Amino acid sequence: MRSRGYWLYLIPSLVLFVSVIVLPFLMNVATSFTRWSGVGTPKWIGFENYARLLKDERFWASFQHNVALILAMAVVPTLLGLVLAAALFDYIARRFGPRTASALRAAFYLPQVLPVAIAGVVWGWLLHPSYGAVNEIFGLDVNWLGDPSLALATVMAIMVWFQLGYPVVIFMAGLQRVDPALYEAAEIDGASWWRRFWHITVPQIRPEFFVVLLTCTIAALKVFGPIFVLTRGGPAGATMVPSYFSYLNFFERVNVGYGSAIATVLALIIIVVTFLFLRVQEREP
Amino acid sequence: MRRYSLLAALVVLAFVMLFPFLLVGLNAFKSPEEYSSAGPLAFPDGLYLDGIVAFWERVDFGLKLWNSLLISACVAVGAVVLSVLNAYALGIGRVRGRLWILVVFLVANTLPQEALVYPLYYLAKQVGLYDSRLFVILIFTVIQAAFGTYLLSAVLGRFPAEILEAAAIDGAGKWRALWRIVVPISRPTLSVLLVFFFIWTWNEFFLPLVFLISNDNQTVPVALGVLQGDRLMDATMSSASALLGIVPAVVFFLIFQRTLTRGIAVGAIK
Repeated sequence: MRSRGYWLYLIPSLVLFVSVIVLPFLMNVATSFTRWSGVGTPKWIGFENYARLLKDERFWASFQHNVALILAMAVVPTLLGLVLAAALFDYIARRFGPRTASALRAAFYLPQVLPVAIAGVVWGWLLHPSYGAVNEIFGLDVNWLGDPSLALATVMAIMVWFQLGYPVVIFMAGLQRVDPALYEAAEIDGASWWRRFWHITVPQIRPEFFVVLLTCTIAALKVFGPIFVLTRGGPAGATMVPSYFSYLNFFERVNVGYGSAIATVLALIIIVVTFLFLRVQEREP
Repeated sequence: MRRYSLLAALVVLAFVMLFPFLLVGLNAFKSPEEYSSAGPLAFPDGLYLDGIVAFWERVDFGLKLWNSLLISACVAVGAVVLSVLNAYALGIGRVRGRLWILVVFLVANTLPQEALVYPLYYLAKQVGLYDSRLFVILIFTVIQAAFGTYLLSAVLGRFPAEILEAAAIDGAGKWRALWRIVVPISRPTLSVLLVFFFIWTWNEFFLPLVFLISNDNQTVPVALGVLQGDRLMDATMSSASALLGIVPAVVFFLIFQRTLTRGIAVGAIK
C-alpha cells in the first residue's frame, strides 16, 4: 500500500532532468556526427569527426596532458595525502597534541577552499613573467607558464598544491574510526611507524582511498578552469587538455561537430573510468 | 631530535602551502612603486588601498559578489528541494526501478559539462535565456540535485518506518508527512547539502564563463579568471584581484567549517 503514488514526487526532476541533461547530452552525441558551424543546418557526415580525431595529433597530445594531470591531481595528492594523514594522526596528534595536528591539517587544506579558477588567478600573478613574485624573490628570470618545455610541469605543480588538502582531510576523518588502543598496542609490541602504517592505517581507510582516487581522477579528466586562467592551452598547445580543446572548437573555431565529438569521447572515458573503479572497489574484501 | 624532525618537516610543508596566501596578503596593500623597490617579501609601509579600490571599481566587484551570492543561494535551495522530493520517492517510497533511476542520476553527476554545453547554449539562445542568471541557476540546480538525490536516497532509505506509519494512522497524507516529519527530522543532512551546493556553485567556472558574458551577470570566479594576466593590470593590482577572490572563499569556509566537517562524516565528499 505504502509505495503507491510516490512516483509523483519524481515528476519535477524528470522534466528538468530530461531538458537540462538527457536531451542536451543526446543532442551533443548527434551533433558529433555532423559538420556544423552553429548556424544553419548541420550536415550529416557519419563517423568523419571521429576518424579525424584518431589522426589529430593535438587531440592525442591533449590526452597525454590529461594523464600528466591525473598524476598531479589524483595519484600524487592521494599517496602524499595518505602519508601526511597517517603522520598527523599517528605521530603528531599523539606526541604534540591534537591541536597541533589540526592546525597543520588546516594549513594543508587552505588551497582547497578556493574556487579552482581563483587558484589560477593567485598563481598567474605569482608566476607572471614580468612582475611575478616568485621570480622576484628568487632572482630568476623564468617564464614558468610561457615556456613550452616548462608550462605543463608548472601547471602540474600548481595542481598538487591545490589538491593535497582534500585527501589529507578525508583520510584523517576516516582514521577517526580506528580504535586508538590498536595503535598503542602495536607500538607496545614494537611495531615501527611504517609497519603500523601498512597494517593498520592503510587497510582502515581503503574505502576513502578509492573514493578520493576516483573523484580526483574525474576532476583531472574534466580540468578546465586552471588551464583557461593560466595558459589557455598554450604555449604552442603544451598544456592543451580535451575539455579546453572542445571549448576552443565550440566557441572559437565554430567547429561544433568536431567539438561535440571530443566532448562525447571525454564523457565516455569518464563513464568507463567510474565504472572500472566501482568494479574494483566491489571486489575488494 | 628525531621527535622534532618530522614536526619540522611538516611545519615547513605547511608554510609552503600557505606562502602564496601570505604573498597575496602582503602585496595587495602596496603601491606598484613600493613593490618594485622593496620587493614582494617586504612588509607594506602603511595601507595602500588604491590597488584594491581601483580593481573593485573596474570590475564592479560588489555586483559580481551579488551575482555569485544570488546564483549560489538559489541553486542551493532549489537543489535541496529537488533532492528531497526525489529521495522521498526513491528512499522512502521505494518506487519501482529505483536502482536504475539512481544509476542515471549518478551518471549524470559524472558527465563532463563539455558534453552538455553546446546544446544548452543553443537552446538558451532559442528561448532567449542566453546571458541570464536564471538559466545558470536552472542548470546547476539540476546538476547538484543529481548528486543530492544519490546521497539523500541512501540516508532516507534508513528512515525509521514506525514514525511514518504512526503519521499515516494519524491521517497525515504523503505530502504532509514529507514536510512535517521527514524534512524536520533530516534537517542536519539537508543543511550539509545546502552548504555544499552553495560552495560548489560558487566555485563553478566553465558553464558560468560560457553563459554569463555580460559584465552585469558575471560571477566572481569568471570576472577574476577572465582578467588574469590582463595587460592593464600591474603587479599589486593583480595581487589585489587574487585577494578579492580568496577572501569570500575563506570567509565561507570559516562560517561553514562545522557543517563541512559534518558533511565529510555523512559522506558528502566530492
